[in-house]
Amino acid sequence: MTTDTSDLADSGTDDPRASFRIDTLPRGLRTSVQDWAVRVRRGDPGGLPAILGLLVIGVLFSATTPLFLTANNIGNLLSQASFIALIALGLTFVLILGDIDLSAGVTGGVAAGFAAQSLRSGDLHAAVGSGVYVALLLGMLLAAGLALWKKLYVVAGLVLAGVGLLLTGASETHVWLAFALAVCIGIAIGVFNGVLVTSLGIPSFIVTLALFLTWEGVTLDAVKSTSIGTSRYEAWFAMTHRNMSPALGWVSLAVLVGGYAATAFLRQRQRARAGVSFDRLALTSLRVAVLAVGGGLAVWWFNQNRNPNPGPAIKGVPWAASVPIAFMVVFAIVLTRTSWGRHLYSIGGSKEAASRSGIAVNRVRIGAFVICSGMAAVGGLFLADFSGGAQPALGQGNTLLYAVAAAVIGGTSLFGGRGRPRDALLGAIVIAMIPNGIQLHPGLPISVVQEITGLVLLIAASVDAISRRRARSG
Amino acid sequence: MTDPILRVEGLNKSFGAVHVLHDVDFAVYPGEVTALVGDNGAGKSTLVKCIAGINTLDTGQIYWQGEPVTIASPSVASALGIEFVYQDLALADNLDITQNMFLGREIRRGPFLRDAEMETKARESLISLAVRTINSVRQPVASLSGGQRQTVAIARAVLWNGKVVFLDEPTAALGVAQTRQVLNLVRRLADTGIGVVLISHNMNDVMEVADRIDALYLGRVAAEVLKKDTSTSQVVELITSGRSGSLGLSATTAAQSA
Repeated sequence: MTTDTSDLADSGTDDPRASFRIDTLPRGLRTSVQDWAVRVRRGDPGGLPAILGLLVIGVLFSATTPLFLTANNIGNLLSQASFIALIALGLTFVLILGDIDLSAGVTGGVAAGFAAQSLRSGDLHAAVGSGVYVALLLGMLLAAGLALWKKLYVVAGLVLAGVGLLLTGASETHVWLAFALAVCIGIAIGVFNGVLVTSLGIPSFIVTLALFLTWEGVTLDAVKSTSIGTSRYEAWFAMTHRNMSPALGWVSLAVLVGGYAATAFLRQRQRARAGVSFDRLALTSLRVAVLAVGGGLAVWWFNQNRNPNPGPAIKGVPWAASVPIAFMVVFAIVLTRTSWGRHLYSIGGSKEAASRSGIAVNRVRIGAFVICSGMAAVGGLFLADFSGGAQPALGQGNTLLYAVAAAVIGGTSLFGGRGRPRDALLGAIVIAMIPNGIQLHPGLPISVVQEITGLVLLIAASVDAISRRRARSG
Repeated sequence: MTDPILRVEGLNKSFGAVHVLHDVDFAVYPGEVTALVGDNGAGKSTLVKCIAGINTLDTGQIYWQGEPVTIASPSVASALGIEFVYQDLALADNLDITQNMFLGREIRRGPFLRDAEMETKARESLISLAVRTINSVRQPVASLSGGQRQTVAIARAVLWNGKVVFLDEPTAALGVAQTRQVLNLVRRLADTGIGVVLISHNMNDVMEVADRIDALYLGRVAAEVLKKDTSTSQVVELITSGRSGSLGLSATTAAQSA
């Protein structure tokens, strides 16, 4: 082929198949690394900034205090990161759309507040008073109605299940049913956010900022201006204080690695058969091996006793780590392997393109807000346990900001169209490391935490903006 | 001569007091490029929107392969086999070529995507159009040039078994070499038996690839001419004054419309 533009003409005799040869070749380690380098240069750094941040901050703290890189402290760090990660996982969906949910933190507060109150009181109606109770019921019924109107039947069913929990008083009897109530309340809040944003066309920034204030007040109504401890409820207390048994840790890892290996090998074999580019067996095996060895080391390390004092052994993978990882795996599958996930990304890339392709854009968007608020509720439960109880100010302050920062540091774009669940987890660890490490330096004033966290977020947002500009200029 | 695959007869359309289309007859033939030309406000977009099912007809009838049809919504048009490639392309930058070509119509098993199958079909579709300017169907659309994007958008229409493809100003934003690419593609599209409608302001493009030229003048069809029987200056006259010599609207009609 010549470089002259005439080779673009249809008179050429060469086989057009030749130009797609790259799509039929197997990929090895080298091509895989090359592809990654191309992506980074094109403005998709993926998890690179988060990993760099992790290394820089980690090395800094390890070098300045011997207390940082201890088993006990890493366990604490994961507890601190867990609720940030859970909220950030949900936010990823909304951020992919190019929207934001500023109310995610306080949504968690409301959800955990009602869950805690119904458990403690044994009679939510009496504890919060008729006004709040009826408002909660009507609000959830309204949310269910809106979901039905938007043809989101599963969502409507879940919200109605929450209404059922309230009316039967089931959430007052068992801690797991209280968790379910919290998630249903979160989902209802997500419906409001989504419908206000899509049907009225109010920017998500404004909708969720306004509701941020409202939910702050509702949290007060839920906990009646007191702090409701969570340590009495074993399943709740386990969230950020307990660990999986060593055996369960190994079993979980085996399931994770086995599942990953099975799908990865199967997928590459299918691709090879279909005649499209596939990863060589060696490359796939390498990926599986890295996961197995890395995971194995982590589980082994966590299964050692990390109690620095004499007394009962503290060992096993913390629930604060395994629960966010489990959510991450599910969300990664939803986002990359289902058409719903692909539609979500396409809306983030171009709403116009998505709607012209026949995608029910607003339904997908409401769904994303629902997942975000549902995860905010889960995060709120973890946060309540981490902070010693469901408090009037639960989820306020920096909670939301930390979660947004975690997602963005992980590589999720504030401009929409790009983001992965894995990023949220990496970012959450980076964000949690800052207060954790600074607290270990008694000489440093606590104000430094916010100052540094803000700067780190600014750096992450700059990386995001620069990579977007690169992607545009090609 | 073959029968038209798509035919519009006696189409009238008003928006309030404004009568936008007057008794428009329009036909698309398989294997031919029909150019739809006209000045701004001549009614090209309204005509296309009526066929796309975006606007309703006041009076008139659309025939598909000889049968009368009612196109009530865009999904009816695409179910018949009428595809539209709009000027602003409607591609998602953050997705790759395959993902864009199958957007909204993904191949799935259960809830899960079948990427390998989609990649194969996307590649075949591009190969069938003898596209040589794209290396890989896994390339993100953000990295493509204007001409390559136009190519992807057109191939997408072909992939979905478009029997008639409307192209709205496909070369408007393109440079010389890329315009060349796209015009070649338009020609190849018609050569595969598809009825192509080229909506364009650019007389060079029209004279180069069109088989038949329909000139709209203030909501009326001034004339339908075969490319081989006409010249650029005649088409320009039809566009600007509605008539040219013995062709076109009568002097009184043209004056009335104005």
